[in-house]
Amino acid sequence: MSPLWMAFLILVFPGFAFTFAFAMAFAWIDRKVTARVQWRVGPPFLQPIYDFVKLLGKEVIVPLGGAKVLFLLAPLLGLSAATLASTLVWQANLWPRPGRGFVGDLIVAVYLLTIPSLSVILGGFASNNRVASLGSSREMKMILSYELPFIVALIVPIVNAGGSIRLGEILLGQSAVSHPSGILAFIAAILCMQAKLGLVPFDAAEAETELMSGPFVEYSGAPLAAIRLTRSMMLFVMPVFLITVFWGGITTEGGVLSVIVGSLKVLLLLVIVILLRNTSPRIRIDQAIRFFWGPFVTGMAVLAVVLSLLGA
Amino acid sequence: MSLKLKALCKSPWIFHVNTGACNNCDIELVDALTPRFDVERFGILLVGSIRHADALVVTGGVTRQAAPRLKRLYEQAPKPRLVIACGSCACSKGIFHDGYHMAGPVDQIVPVDIYIPGCPPKPEAIIDGVVKLLKKVA
Repeated sequence: MSPLWMAFLILVFPGFAFTFAFAMAFAWIDRKVTARVQWRVGPPFLQPIYDFVKLLGKEVIVPLGGAKVLFLLAPLLGLSAATLASTLVWQANLWPRPGRGFVGDLIVAVYLLTIPSLSVILGGFASNNRVASLGSSREMKMILSYELPFIVALIVPIVNAGGSIRLGEILLGQSAVSHPSGILAFIAAILCMQAKLGLVPFDAAEAETELMSGPFVEYSGAPLAAIRLTRSMMLFVMPVFLITVFWGGITTEGGVLSVIVGSLKVLLLLVIVILLRNTSPRIRIDQAIRFFWGPFVTGMAVLAVVLSLLGA
Repeated sequence: MSLKLKALCKSPWIFHVNTGACNNCDIELVDALTPRFDVERFGILLVGSIRHADALVVTGGVTRQAAPRLKRLYEQAPKPRLVIACGSCACSKGIFHDGYHMAGPVDQIVPVDIYIPGCPPKPEAIIDGVVKLLKKVA
């Protein structure tokens, strides 16, 4: 693979430009559906773009006593990780051949999907603000709580695909939801996705009513635009990652019809996320840890792994 | 008109500052943000942090306690920023005109871009004022 083709992949097609366009569209769908749930009309289609351009034009303020370089670099770290994760997942979806990708790209994707949360923690601690520090500490506890069931749930499709840790082979070798074990693991992973996206009921880290916006409280201008873009990108990448691993992905093999079916699967997951976010209250951070480490999520994921090892 | 200002007029995020209001203007302002009026149609959002804000909505005549804090909040908001004086007290001290505790109306502390009179102004009046301000800026 030549460096120029690699740059094209990362910056344009399944990478930055493509993910940017879909992130904006998904952010609009999120706000529009939320508005309809609340019996409102909601913002126009280009509203996320207006917000983004406006934030790029605003003054960037670095708080007094903050770690300047880290404060400004943390949003870029999160943004690049989300872009790379999207490139990796879409590569496996667009050209699903067993030889495509590299051994262990599933593990790399899992790491890349964690980096945006880590960058939020770094940025919050770098901003020398006690509210941001509190938000960062909650975000840390949140990562501790949801990563365990998330990774346990990801073992199920690996087992079902015969022990392969390549996204391309998992995609071809399974449709995990056709087994009971796959369905259980999928449900656990959807709950973890909600926490990974930092949405209600698991948004204790940025609780607007108590912490204003948690780790983002000191951010303004272009870094804030990068943070919001990262969050919208994650809203797009996480459902695509989950259907890639658990539900057959979006393949181009079966022509237009399979692309439409794949897109509907992503939209279904997105609507589940939005409805969960609009119909639940926020839970405390200790309740979140108990929920994720308790029998309902981790227990269910472990049960799914046992079932898949038994061949169900 | 520059792209920067055009985008600002399409998504003004407001930050609510109470500098000693009797809470009537605050209730009407919160009423203007309810689903009934749905100001998100115009991209208006209420934000919790001053660093995210484009417009400060100030309610109440400024008391001596609140004056330095209002000045500090204004300096903390990233440029370009707008100030909306909402209610009679914010515009002209209102019924607290001769109060010993008053530092002055909002425009003696920070520059004001638009005045919305009324005691309290109706939500429709607040939305109308914001629209007029955005037309003036654009």
